[in-house]
Amino acid sequence: MPIYLDHIAATPLLTAAKDAMMPFWDESFGNPQSRHEVGDAPKAAIETARKSIAELIGADPREIIFTASASEANNLAIKGILSSHKKRGRHIITSVIEHFSVAHPIKRMEQEGYQVTWLPVDQTGRVNPADVKNAICKETVLISIAHANNEIGTIQPIQEIAKIANASGVPFHTDAAATVGVIPFDINSLGVDLAGFSAQQFYGPKGVGALYLRRGTRIFPLIDGGIQEGGRRAGTENVPAIVGMGVAGKAARENLTHEHKRLSNLRDHLISGLIKKVNRIHLTGDRQYRLPHIASFAVEYVDGEALIRALSRSGIIAAAGSSCSADALKISPTLTAIGYPANIAQGAIVMSLGKDTTREDIDTVLSVFPEVVSSLQEISPIYSELSGGASAASSQSR
Amino acid sequence: MTSDVTLDTLGLFCPLPVILTSKKIKEMIAGQILLVLSDDIGVKKDMVVWCENSGHELLQIVEEGTTIQCYVLKK
Repeated sequence: MPIYLDHIAATPLLTAAKDAMMPFWDESFGNPQSRHEVGDAPKAAIETARKSIAELIGADPREIIFTASASEANNLAIKGILSSHKKRGRHIITSVIEHFSVAHPIKRMEQEGYQVTWLPVDQTGRVNPADVKNAICKETVLISIAHANNEIGTIQPIQEIAKIANASGVPFHTDAAATVGVIPFDINSLGVDLAGFSAQQFYGPKGVGALYLRRGTRIFPLIDGGIQEGGRRAGTENVPAIVGMGVAGKAARENLTHEHKRLSNLRDHLISGLIKKVNRIHLTGDRQYRLPHIASFAVEYVDGEALIRALSRSGIIAAAGSSCSADALKISPTLTAIGYPANIAQGAIVMSLGKDTTREDIDTVLSVFPEVVSSLQEISPIYSELSGGASAASSQSR
Repeated sequence: MTSDVTLDTLGLFCPLPVILTSKKIKEMIAGQILLVLSDDIGVKKDMVVWCENSGHELLQIVEEGTTIQCYVLKK
């Protein structure tokens, strides 16, 4: 079995979630909106899942809107707020390192005439809350800053930003896809008004996500039609997936404290080991404010795609920077924003740990990874010329 | 300028136009010209970089109103 270190892309479905989903494919097939008894079990199952997801983030069940993905939840949050606040203003504040599911809807609104302030980040990928405060004007109707970045693992000062947003009366949305079910996430402590996330980040099924919408926050729906999800998201509910999300959410809540600590230790072991053993390697993102399961690097004189293919041949599954940007033969906007030049950023790699990752797995990576990097660096003519071999090279982090 | 294949990416934001270009051009044969339609100004920069890195030739970029037309020669 390969060592799977791409949990930020997808997590394996929990057996308990799969088992709970099964009846809703056949015997409990009813429409949750039906008034007759065939709809009773699916309707009750959705409400159980809603309660579970609400508990996972410290919300009221009435504040949970199920969607098909975190991307849909983020779109619903952004476009829903803007369409319901048209009379109030047309200014948005966001950062330059947002996931495409936030950046693209905002760009679309920018094309439609909205003014957007794209905030910079520091070398670790953190937004300065003072920049948010300075950007707010009377036209501002939305602030959207991700809770954490999935390429470099950096966690943002969300509480501070939320305080600024709340004091100004501006709705605050966070893309929480990388954090819900992974790190402690109490919606009221954080103070955000809207948060999008998905089940697949915490061992639930694909094709289901949720938007947290603080009570009293007005949004217009993206999908008009029926009364599902309080009229905020029309369309017959994906009952099996929602049920699976609820079960996975419950398990995530129960395991979170233990897993947070365990994964943080494994991550630190991996980071310190690779920095010690690999020549010309940079830790990307913040060392302290970092997701517990993300170890991200940029390795000089190595192509990230070549590196993940070579690791795969050695039984280690990892991801090369941002896969979307890689397909475009383009450097990740996140790595560009935190100051990495193209020749270093092209060697970006992200390893994301999960519930089945063991200390032995990390030790294997620490044994294999340096050899793989070394073999790739040796075929780089620039590296050979610069270093005269590995002896002159150095390990770096920042 | 004429083209053999047209790829409509209107309404999509970078890097999607170049990702779709990369997929489409694999279906073409060398010597054919691909016309990519986009309305994201980012495509003007991204297409130059993509062509440099992929080895295909960017023949011309034409702007007509809000539509950006990129002519790419498959190598």
